[in-house]
Amino acid sequence: MNAPAYNFAYLDEQTKRMIRRAILKAIAIPGYQVPFASREMPMPYGWGTGGVQVTAAILGPQDVLKVIDQGSDDTTNAISIRKFFAKTAGVATTTSTDEATVIQTRHRIPETSLHANQVLVYQVPIPEPLRFLEPRETETRRMHALAEYGLMHVKLYEDIARFGHIATAYAYPVKVNARYVMDPSPTPKFDNPKMDNCPALQLFGAGREKRIYAIPPYTQVVSLDFEDHPFEPYRFNAPCALCAAENSYLDEIVTDDQGSRMFVCSDTDYCEGRQAAGHHGALSAAPYKDKAQEASNG
Amino acid sequence: MADQDLLETDQPLLVAESLSKSYGRIAACRDVSFSLYPGEVLAIVGESGSGKSTLLQLLSGQLAASGGQVSYRMRDGVTRDLAALGEAERRLLFRTDWGFVHQDPAQGLRMAVSAGANVGERLMAVGWNHYGRIRESASDWLTRVEIDVARIDDAPRTYSGGMRQRLQIARNLVTGPRLVFMDEPTGGLDVSVQARLLDLLRNLVAELHLAVVIVTHDLAVARLLSHRVMVMKGGRVIETGLTDQVLDDPREPYSQLLVSSILPP
Repeated sequence: MNAPAYNFAYLDEQTKRMIRRAILKAIAIPGYQVPFASREMPMPYGWGTGGVQVTAAILGPQDVLKVIDQGSDDTTNAISIRKFFAKTAGVATTTSTDEATVIQTRHRIPETSLHANQVLVYQVPIPEPLRFLEPRETETRRMHALAEYGLMHVKLYEDIARFGHIATAYAYPVKVNARYVMDPSPTPKFDNPKMDNCPALQLFGAGREKRIYAIPPYTQVVSLDFEDHPFEPYRFNAPCALCAAENSYLDEIVTDDQGSRMFVCSDTDYCEGRQAAGHHGALSAAPYKDKAQEASNG
Repeated sequence: MADQDLLETDQPLLVAESLSKSYGRIAACRDVSFSLYPGEVLAIVGESGSGKSTLLQLLSGQLAASGGQVSYRMRDGVTRDLAALGEAERRLLFRTDWGFVHQDPAQGLRMAVSAGANVGERLMAVGWNHYGRIRESASDWLTRVEIDVARIDDAPRTYSGGMRQRLQIARNLVTGPRLVFMDEPTGGLDVSVQARLLDLLRNLVAELHLAVVIVTHDLAVARLLSHRVMVMKGGRVIETGLTDQVLDDPREPYSQLLVSSILPP
């Protein structure tokens, strides 16, 4: 590594202390949005400035960092942030969910279940779940303070009235520890059940909106619903085309201009791990690779 | 049981004691006292700037009084000072036992969500968690305020002025409040729509045994709806009495002027 031109993990120590204080407060009050003095980061708002600040504040030299964007380790955003910390903190990076101690994520929770020594850091664009129903910040804060969450159900009611079912598919509101209603950032509602009683610490950073919130390990997280329209996680009709996983979140990939498409795991690490373990889907290239290898050997 | 009922109507629901509000040197409301009984409709009339709306805001706890106090008999029968209630209690009161009908329906409704959700919001706020039952209750109330149930999923944006006002009334009444505040509920509506709305209001008030404080500058509204009238001028109550008494035989010169300024049809 080059001689560091920055303090360890880019931010100065006083800023990190300020962010850590906000994180501690957020952990003490699960689901409560703690304001913090968000700094400008060397990337545009919307690219994960909140998540990066939280990661910078909690990262230690021994940590192993994994960054995913929509489940994938190899998109521009994920690679840039991973390189950013490799350069400014000199920490080890990985794409393996199991080996990572800090995982920064945008829009997904890894399929591999997390364990107690991990921290999941979410990048959050809009932390306020009531924002689109009640534009006044003063009013939404008061509603949180008094636990007046009738309005959240108005949104779900509207969904059912319009579409016949709760059509909210991402940023699906949850109630944390039976108190605060929280926006789980734009993760698909498929991932909501993974937040409940999770052994890993979950931290949420919103850089532009200057808020940090958290779900401590083993905390109850309930997705809001109606008695007669219960919460249902997303279901897919087909398995992953590459690794044949039946229970993972799939991305649709258009493969030509004739309307063909394939559905593959959005979590690339999970998909690759399964393929390495010998699971092959309908469109997997593995049989051809095997044959090619046999041919070159023979 | 009969004693209970007697007690129920025998004691005042809302009591104002020498209520006043001043903004610096301007006294918007001076020394107003009255009692409102269950099922009673009180009209507050007066010209603009006479302190009617300020008084309504003081009564409904939206504005802190400079002097005096308002007390309300809660559902458990205990009369409590509104200023001493916590904010959470006051807000709960506001969306369960009280209603507030604004002059402009856009203030009292969520214009972007459907009529059904507008009516259902109060129910969801008090913990109703069954979509079917919420919707049933919402359609029931839409029928009661004469809105076609087929329009339950339309946003109030697409409604006419009269329909919006009726929707606002349904939204307020869905939790079975005992006291409703109305601020010029018929202002801004054309005459035939006004007549229909007043007719509807009169029926609902009688049927649900509502206590109402209604602020209006329209004496016809006061005559049609209210049992008692308070005439305000310059922040003071200058005359109070039974509606027909005040309107047919006003004592104060200003009340006489007010009554005589109605154009004959």
